[in-house]
Amino acid sequence: MVSRSAASGSPQTKPQRAVARIDQNAPVNFTFDGRSYRGFAGDTLASALLANNVHLVGRSFKYHRPRGIMAAGSEEPNALIRLGKGAYAEPNLRATQIEIFEGLYAESQNRTPSLKFDIGAINSVLDRFFPAGFYYKTFMWPASMWMRYEHVIRHAAGLGKVADDHNDPDRYEKTHAHCDILVAGGGATGLMAALQAAKSGTRVILADEQNEFGGWLLGEADIMIGDCPAFNWISDIVAELAAMPNVTLLPRTTVFGYLDHNYLTLNERATDHLPSRPAHLPRQRLWKIRAKQVIIAQGAHERPLVFAGNDLPGVMLAGAVRTYINRYGVCPGQRAIVVCNNDDAYRTALDLHHAGAHVVVADLRAKATGPLMRAVRDAGIEILQGHAVIAAYGNHRVARVEIAPVNDAVTEISGDIDHRDCDLIAMSGGLSPAVHLHSQARGKLQWDDAKLCFRPSATHEPSFNIGACNGSFDLSAGLKEAVRAGTKAASATGHKTTALDTPIVQSHKQSWCPLAAWKIPNGHAAGRGPKAFVDFQNDVTASDVSLAAREGYQSVEHLKRYTTTGMGTDQGKTSNINALAILADALGNEIPAVGTTTFRMPYTPSNIGAIAGRDIGDLFDPVRLTRMDDWHRAHGATFEHVGQWMRAWYYPQNGETMQQAVNREVKAARTTAGLLDASTLGKIDIRGRDAAEFLNRLYTNAWRKLGIGKCRYGLMLKDDGMVMDDGVTTRIGENHFHMTTTTGGAAGVLDWMEEWLQTEWPDLEVYLTSVTEQWAVATLSGPNAGKILQDAGIDFDLSPAEFPFMSMKEGHIGGLAARIFRISFTGELSYEINVAARHGLALWTRLMAAGKAHGITPYGTEAMHVLRAEKGFIIVGQETDGSVTPHDLCMNWIVSKTKPDFIGKRALARHTMEYDDRKQLVGLLCSDPSTVIPEGAHAVLDPDQPLPMKMLGQVTSSYFSPNCGRSIAMAMLKGGHALKGQTVFFPMLDGSILKAEIVDTAFFDPKGARING
Amino acid sequence: MLIITCPFCGPRDEVEFACGGEAHIARPLADHKISDADFADYLFMRDNPKGLFLERWRHSAGCRRWFNVARDTVSNEIVEIYPMGSLPVKTAAKTTYKTSWRRDTAAEKAATPSRSKAGGSK
Repeated sequence: MVSRSAASGSPQTKPQRAVARIDQNAPVNFTFDGRSYRGFAGDTLASALLANNVHLVGRSFKYHRPRGIMAAGSEEPNALIRLGKGAYAEPNLRATQIEIFEGLYAESQNRTPSLKFDIGAINSVLDRFFPAGFYYKTFMWPASMWMRYEHVIRHAAGLGKVADDHNDPDRYEKTHAHCDILVAGGGATGLMAALQAAKSGTRVILADEQNEFGGWLLGEADIMIGDCPAFNWISDIVAELAAMPNVTLLPRTTVFGYLDHNYLTLNERATDHLPSRPAHLPRQRLWKIRAKQVIIAQGAHERPLVFAGNDLPGVMLAGAVRTYINRYGVCPGQRAIVVCNNDDAYRTALDLHHAGAHVVVADLRAKATGPLMRAVRDAGIEILQGHAVIAAYGNHRVARVEIAPVNDAVTEISGDIDHRDCDLIAMSGGLSPAVHLHSQARGKLQWDDAKLCFRPSATHEPSFNIGACNGSFDLSAGLKEAVRAGTKAASATGHKTTALDTPIVQSHKQSWCPLAAWKIPNGHAAGRGPKAFVDFQNDVTASDVSLAAREGYQSVEHLKRYTTTGMGTDQGKTSNINALAILADALGNEIPAVGTTTFRMPYTPSNIGAIAGRDIGDLFDPVRLTRMDDWHRAHGATFEHVGQWMRAWYYPQNGETMQQAVNREVKAARTTAGLLDASTLGKIDIRGRDAAEFLNRLYTNAWRKLGIGKCRYGLMLKDDGMVMDDGVTTRIGENHFHMTTTTGGAAGVLDWMEEWLQTEWPDLEVYLTSVTEQWAVATLSGPNAGKILQDAGIDFDLSPAEFPFMSMKEGHIGGLAARIFRISFTGELSYEINVAARHGLALWTRLMAAGKAHGITPYGTEAMHVLRAEKGFIIVGQETDGSVTPHDLCMNWIVSKTKPDFIGKRALARHTMEYDDRKQLVGLLCSDPSTVIPEGAHAVLDPDQPLPMKMLGQVTSSYFSPNCGRSIAMAMLKGGHALKGQTVFFPMLDGSILKAEIVDTAFFDPKGARING
Repeated sequence: MLIITCPFCGPRDEVEFACGGEAHIARPLADHKISDADFADYLFMRDNPKGLFLERWRHSAGCRRWFNVARDTVSNEIVEIYPMGSLPVKTAAKTTYKTSWRRDTAAEKAATPSRSKAGGSK
């Protein structure tokens, strides 16, 4: 419809204006900030708002400045939107990526009470007081006030609000896939490379973040490929790819992570664009793809120019303006100023002109020539060479600019300032290749001094960068790279293909080398004058960057954290290079010498729901239940997590409190009988010729001579001499042992044993099998335990002579085959009854029935803890923390002096083990017998000493003991063994001080008289 | 995420494996004859090189077998995978083994003769 002179050197065909990619016959109604608007199918929220002349769409992070739509893609820093209502609400979505659908509900963010009148904007007036590092400088002192400052700061800072209802009702899925070649980015070069590779028959996945393939070409009207407009070329190639069985096309799918060995993560927004979601589809899908070869065709991001007022609504990237005009049929302004340091923005001038806008071009370059400039001049557009927009003004949208001539280096204003009215500024500071994925995979970058950008160089991964993300901005060059990469990648996967002809591209001939002009002068001293933004999302200005440099933040990593440049949700896609260049300038250094910050995944924000997928709620982590679990639940047990196990904690009856229930259970275990579900104890079956020798090396004590049917307590150390686990192990046969471990340590102990067998002692013949879940275990404890076993139908003699303490017998209880261990964690007469797991519940109910006449009481893990603490028995992981030796625990008796070696033996002889300030296990009796000292409380010798006090150590176990009739505690105290009889103090948070005497740890029946009932 | 080729099961994702840190640290016998400082070489000192590193891995969510891996810590390229108790055969990995400071330590010399001949395995 608009005739335009073709570039010189191109064939006769005249580039034609393309048809917009929206369907004007399909209106779509949506709501923004409570007002209804109409767009069309194919619109993004951004294009639909612009079409409705809505430019003000948000407030900025720090100064609450009015912000509009700057870009047309995922690099958008300003137009962040809260989408949806209630539990479906999601903050910080880029309006430029939201496809509108009927009934879409969107709100602006970061404004109180409304977008047009915002209280926070007062920060903008107070800007002199909010320099870089403001929070660090202001709220450092006094430190005690930080908690209060933080509350206010956290409230004032930030962008969108998450949904009030945190239970996301949407469903997310995960998909794993393998392919030969993953192509990241479905623009012109990505499509070409995918086609080239796919022709070989290799398996290709092509993913693109947009709703349709084509990339930036979708927004260009003046480019012909082959003999047809670019759009036609795109649809042809997409149709060809879609018809190939070895190709998977993933639109609306962002490749957001590139990890080792070509492992990539993708986020597919499967149904976000639909007004209602079909039941069979998730909202989003996380793809985890392993690719043999990766072709990165991410494209490039246009850079803003850094001039005063460059953040006003109506100031847009020049390329984005073209996209809105050509792809969405929206001209974002009628009086446009194009300001640029390169040729490319001239194409925007032409498109604006053809769309009916009045256009003025301010080119920072004093002497730029070429066919594009001629075409613009021929169209009657005013070109001001060697001129810059030095400031833009407006209220909620740009209304006026100051244009002035500048010197060649664009460091000074060199003439009179001219004022122009406008409603749109299209700015272009050149292109930055999107090197994100390449960099995530730890690929190196090199600075291109002509094109003024970082381009990919060496990488460790089998991958190719092609097109704009490789710095090849010229389409013809990009397509050649695509053909080359497609052929090579296919061949690397073992598929041969002949190179396709690179299609002929007809477009204006242009230079891709912009002028280096990073900060446009405004005639004011540094730090004065209106703000020129570098990072729009985090409100970082050019003077913030310079100030940080002056204050000594010379490393780019420090600059980033101090000013927060590039730390927004856009990760500085539009701002990083400008910030670097301004820092380099302030330091008098070259840009490549300053370097870049690290690129990390995700490329764009990714929904945490998609990452979690179905692994939420009950599926988050497996829960392990014992075979007696139903009984515990039916009898009102309260449960606690122990590792992945759910263990009965206590069994409250008739409205008992926890303390009352535990007291009753603990009492019963010592006066009548208690029954504990001990099925969760780790159990390892050990067999083989060298089983005894292996245990001898694994445990600190001697094992070779343990009799068959006898049990022994063992302590396991790491090779550094520190206690790692304990348990009772029983000799079932000459070459057969049954080991028990702590509940939480079971898996780790098996790992440990396997490691030593495989890596250090492969000559030992030992076989290990985890049998934790094969045995159900009920521990019967208390004076009546023997009577109950009799009544339950035990088929062997229980007399201590026949069945002594620390032995095991195999027999039957009420017909159930059982291994019964006479071992005790309570100090009472105690039997650990092991039956096949499937008999667990039967065993339990039979014991409960038989025990009814003998006062049997089920007890949980809390009572178990109290009972063992009354005896001074340790729990590994409670008394110990990986820095405790047997000596620290008064357990030298279990450490062999005669064995030539065991794990940890040499370390126990290290001189540091003899230090007398090692923390050692002691018992504590609080001066007030009814007070239970809190676990974790720190002990001091003198409560009146000045702060900070000298800490002795901490309380590790502390309970009320109903059998002792008072509180008891254990603690790890420095030099504790030598402090017996002394008093220590525990200063509490509320200012009170508890007092306790240091005693032995055996609080109840210290002589062990009760072990035989 | 790395792909590691388990010598028993074939190539699998890294999530199935556990890394056991530096390989070829021979364990001195507890005969008390080496000094605490020499013993510390075995107990505490671990390399963290930029470049080729010989380390132990275990197919913990698979066959549970241990094996050795020569991995470049910069590129994450896996140069060689070889059994426990043996030495690498690829030139670069062999050089890494031979030039390790550990070869000259008293701790390694105090290890069992059979182990140190096998290059030590723990």
